[in-house]
Amino acid sequence: MSTYKKRQFRLRIVSLLSILVFLAVWYVCTAVLRLAPAYSLPDPITVFQSFVTKLSSRVPDGATLPQHIWESFKIAMAGYLMGVVIGVPLGIAMGWVSWVEKIVRPVFDFLKPIPPIALIPVMITLFGIGIESKACIIFFSTVIPSIVNSYSGIKQTSQIHLWVARTFGASNLQQLFTVAIPSALPMIFAGLRVAMGVSWMGLVAAELMGATRGIGYMISTARNLLRADIIIVGLLTLGFIGIVISLVFDLIEIKFVRGGK
Amino acid sequence: MTMEKKKTVIEVRDVSKTFYNREGDHLVVDHLNFNVYENEFVVLFGPGQCGKTTVLNLIAGLELPTGGEVVVNGEKVVGPSPSRGMVYQTTNLFMWYNVMKNVEFGPCVRGVKKAERRKKAQYYIDLVGLTGFEKHFPVKLSGGMQQRVGIARAYCNEPDIICMDEPFGHLDAQTRYLMEEEVDRISASEKRTVVFVTNNAEEAIYLADRIILLHNCPTSVHREYLVNLPRPRNYVAPEFLELREQITKDMDDTIG
Ligand SMILES: Nc1ncnc2c1ncn2[C@@H]1O[C@H](COP(=O)(O)OP(=O)(O)O)[C@@H](O)[C@H]1O
Ligand SMILES: [Mg+2]
Repeated sequence: MSTYKKRQFRLRIVSLLSILVFLAVWYVCTAVLRLAPAYSLPDPITVFQSFVTKLSSRVPDGATLPQHIWESFKIAMAGYLMGVVIGVPLGIAMGWVSWVEKIVRPVFDFLKPIPPIALIPVMITLFGIGIESKACIIFFSTVIPSIVNSYSGIKQTSQIHLWVARTFGASNLQQLFTVAIPSALPMIFAGLRVAMGVSWMGLVAAELMGATRGIGYMISTARNLLRADIIIVGLLTLGFIGIVISLVFDLIEIKFVRGGK
Repeated sequence: MTMEKKKTVIEVRDVSKTFYNREGDHLVVDHLNFNVYENEFVVLFGPGQCGKTTVLNLIAGLELPTGGEVVVNGEKVVGPSPSRGMVYQTTNLFMWYNVMKNVEFGPCVRGVKKAERRKKAQYYIDLVGLTGFEKHFPVKLSGGMQQRVGIARAYCNEPDIICMDEPFGHLDAQTRYLMEEEVDRISASEKRTVVFVTNNAEEAIYLADRIILLHNCPTSVHREYLVNLPRPRNYVAPEFLELREQITKDMDDTIG
């Protein structure tokens, strides 16, 4: 093994250890010391058992864990893709075409500081607790960072690179596609990543307030029924999904956003 | 080289350039006049900040004169054109494209078919000695190699004129000598009109058919030198050293 690999291996061991220590502390505090009553903070083994049961059991909220995950995922994807498909081109157009910037910027500056979660009550009164209201919230959560990052990415295009393209006779549109967009890509991509995080948070918040299925709904039902084990299963599921999403973005980034750095 | 027989490619006619900015008007080029002939290698030589880059940008059409005009092949310059290529002071490669895509950029935006432009790009990549690096991204290349890509990119578009703005200013001395040899070799095999900017007297004499010494800012032509030494030139030949001393002394006069 090379020194580099050895070091990487050691770092992995340390990460693994830290997770084990976390679980051990949790176990000792709950099962051994009983610092909190089991109904408010169950020990890790109970949580793991609940997790396994929940994979196939519809108790107590009418759906299995995979069904909840799928429901949340479906809505998240619908709103997210809509937000990206509209937000990125709009941001690029704002950054490249000055009249688009003049028209969109004022509205956009007004909408930008509104936290997406603040829209939940409005959306629920407008569309009810179905898929539409949540998709709208996620759309809003996604479209803002998509626009912000695409817009500033395009705005940061180096003048000298545009000059280079122009000395080669590149038209305005060619300059956009060969220079501005590729150079903005890392930034646009960072926007997509942020958008994913924000929209996922927005979704769970919306589900906590009103839903009939989904991870947030599972957590809020469990809270009403004092099922702390299921709450924790829900939280760990969210954490795990977060890691998976992050990995997927890493893979896409390695594959498509190369060159820079 | 007898100049009478030569076709005039670039005419800088009484060109002035003033930058208008917040601090006030800044006259950088003051009634500048010179011609460049076909396939001539002209070096614009002058102290730092004297306006060399500005003059080059005026020829490339990236800036427009506030007085007079630049005429290239009989036509007044009103903007950049693919017939005038640029190699810049700092590398301005497209970091998101690999070497091949950088070099074929010109033909690509002109809509040349893929097979044809690949062949052309490969020729120039080979010419600058980067064979095998086609798939590399610019960040992975050394400064000297990046400038080679920049040179290949400019040549690959097959412009009439190539402008180079202190392309080796940021390189270490060793690499710089190497690159000067390369440019000498390339310009011998690829006949083009070249306008090369530098503030290094040695580099100027090594490369130039003719050196135009520019005044300190606001700039105009101070003096011209025809360099008739055989190529490749010897940095320590007596004539070389003599000319170098002369030019360095004249440049000091323009500042003093
Ligand atoms: N776009 C610009 N606006 C204002 N002043 C400029 C601009 N470009 C160059 N200058 C000024 O013109 C002078 C000459 O600059 P430059 O042509 O870059 O000189 P050189 O290339 O010989 O070092 C400098 O004093 C610089 O500040
Ligand atoms: Mg300069």
